[in-house]
Amino acid sequence: MLGEGILKGMAETARNFFGSYVDKDRLTTVQYPEERLPQIEATRDFPFLVYDGTDWEQGMRCVSCQICEKECPPKCIYIAKSADKKPDATGKPQFYPARFDIDISVCMSCQICVEVCPFDAIKMDVDFELSTDNRFGGLLLDKKQLSKSNEYYNKIHPTEAAAVDAALADERAKAEAKARQAAEAKAAAAAPVAASVAGETK
Amino acid sequence: MTISFLLLAAITIIGTAAAMSLKNLVHCVLALTLGLVGLAALYLQLGAQFVGFTQILVYVGAVAILAAFAIMMTRSAEPTKTNESSSFGLSGTLIALIVFAVMAWAIYTGTSALQVAAPQPEASVHQVGVALMHNFVLPLEIIGLLLTAALIGAGVLAMEESRRAR
Amino acid sequence: MPETIDQIFVLLKHWLMLHVPVALQPLCSAILSVIPVLLVFPLLFAITTVLERKGLGRIQNRYGPNRVGPFGFLQPMADGIKSLTKEDIIPRSADHFVHFLAPVLLVIASFLVYAVLPIGRNMVVANLNAGVLFFFAVGSMVELSVFMAGWSSRSKYSLLGAMRAIAQMISYEMPLVLSSVVVIMAAGTLSTVEIVNMQATYTGIFPHWYVFTPWGFTGFILFMIAATAESNRCPFDMPEGESEIIAGYYIEYSGFKFALFFLGEYLGMFATSAMAITLFLGGWAAPLSVLTWVPSYVWFFAKLLALIFVFIWIRGTLPRLRMDQLMNFAWKFMLPMSLINIVGAGIWHFMPAGFARWLIVSLIIVLSCVLLSRSLRRSKLFHARVYRFAS
Repeated sequence: MLGEGILKGMAETARNFFGSYVDKDRLTTVQYPEERLPQIEATRDFPFLVYDGTDWEQGMRCVSCQICEKECPPKCIYIAKSADKKPDATGKPQFYPARFDIDISVCMSCQICVEVCPFDAIKMDVDFELSTDNRFGGLLLDKKQLSKSNEYYNKIHPTEAAAVDAALADERAKAEAKARQAAEAKAAAAAPVAASVAGETK
Repeated sequence: MTISFLLLAAITIIGTAAAMSLKNLVHCVLALTLGLVGLAALYLQLGAQFVGFTQILVYVGAVAILAAFAIMMTRSAEPTKTNESSSFGLSGTLIALIVFAVMAWAIYTGTSALQVAAPQPEASVHQVGVALMHNFVLPLEIIGLLLTAALIGAGVLAMEESRRAR
Repeated sequence: MPETIDQIFVLLKHWLMLHVPVALQPLCSAILSVIPVLLVFPLLFAITTVLERKGLGRIQNRYGPNRVGPFGFLQPMADGIKSLTKEDIIPRSADHFVHFLAPVLLVIASFLVYAVLPIGRNMVVANLNAGVLFFFAVGSMVELSVFMAGWSSRSKYSLLGAMRAIAQMISYEMPLVLSSVVVIMAAGTLSTVEIVNMQATYTGIFPHWYVFTPWGFTGFILFMIAATAESNRCPFDMPEGESEIIAGYYIEYSGFKFALFFLGEYLGMFATSAMAITLFLGGWAAPLSVLTWVPSYVWFFAKLLALIFVFIWIRGTLPRLRMDQLMNFAWKFMLPMSLINIVGAGIWHFMPAGFARWLIVSLIIVLSCVLLSRSLRRSKLFHARVYRFAS
């Protein structure tokens, strides 16, 4: 029949129109920002600095080795090493970054800084709602803005953070065991000397 | 000589004068269109509704578009250069004045003879239709033939190109 | 009481005129008639833009705009503010005078045609004897404005778009006018008010609308198709094909001039729909004689909204026609069909009322439609392409 295709098409669109009011499955729109789609765990947006404990300056894992600054492809990280050292989480005195700036308008989320960091100090965040109306520095995050706690890291990447925590705890246990052994060896070495000295004076 | 007549006459004259003297060709076509609209308004002022609206429909809707197409097809991108001023300025003005004088004298003596106003005939569409079908049916048919010949000619002109291509 | 509500605007105008001195009465009468048109139809334009976006969204299984106002119905305000505050960019080599006049002429022509449309009983701005002719005459000024817009922008794309737009508009003007000729023949008058008055009578409860006759139905369908093409709407929006030539002839317009083009196009759509309602659907007359207590202007706008909904529906359904398909359709199908429709209407007029004339006229129209479409489909012979300039 002439015009059959058009009429069938119009019936289809009418079905779509009325169906969209009746059948909720038809509308797949996510009403952002009231609703948000859940993100998968491996989501990555921009980097952040991890700190252990509650004090972000004391517990920061970054030792300002500047490897991430050198490896970053668009060179968006700027680090200024400090002059003095402060003790890190294991008690060892380490350098710390006096300035740590990331320009997230340049950052391309390649995660290379995360891959090369030997101290698990920089990890990928999942926050993307970072728009600002400050054209001249709103997207340049400094050390304070980048520091987020280890609890936060556990919250956003649970399995990854658990693995990192386990590895760090392992390392710390090994370091402690080595330190105890060295202390014991020193004590054992000191004891026969003391005995020989005591024997000599007799 | 009412205000409306003077206004419409002014529009018509300005439009057609601009159509002659403007430098840009497209501006000339648009000014001509203004003159034709003024003419249609004059028809309407005289009570000839059918003729007035048909003037707009045919001239503005078709003839002006035809002129526009002609310009678009022949002078595509570059702006039109200014026309060189014609060297026939003086004699042209003289001839125009003579023609105007002759026509004005003819109209004046012709209309003054008809001082007895004939009863204004109804110019409704119905009357026009009846007149066309009863009194003027032969000219109507001849015009129809003429238009058919024009259509066929246009078709032949357009078709011949494709035949030559084969 | 229903009569008072029906004529309330007319009574209001008469009451207002009593307070005006006699010398100014013609002028005030004209202004008072024109102001409702200038208020109502742009408001309808604003509502239609949001209805169209939401309607198209629902057809495409998504929400339309739903942020501005309740369910997004204040979206036209946001659009208006946006188009008013945008910078008006004119190309450097553009013809400033013509570039400025093109949208002005479009809007003038689009508003002028509302003068002959009867919105309700006794509610028409100008009761012209040659109303339908006035409508088509002024409507043909739109093509001139399209040419002005396309040419003055001094851009290849706008010129190309303008040429295609004018070709399309001129081709579809013939079927538009010819399909309205059947109504003029049947009514015997060119006056829109008379045409509606002749359709406002009833036999039993059924109205005498012209769409309920075979030639009227065909004429209505042809008129609506031609109206869709005249206002460059989908499926005939090749001149403004958004994905191809971006905006065609108004590509170099920004800000409020663009909004004026948009306004002119939609006003043209409303005007041709209103003319279709006047000619075929009985204008302000109620569909059943038991429903005449509803005011006449309510019926008019209800029918107008129904036709607008059909326009939006078609836009959401059909793909765009190519230029050659468009032109073939106009000249090879619609023009012969409208001529045959005229023949059918003539036969209807001279045959006595009854079943016989229904049968014969319907047969003529349906048969010619089927034969025309069959022959057109068959003429798509595929032959080897010949290139004119490449060897």
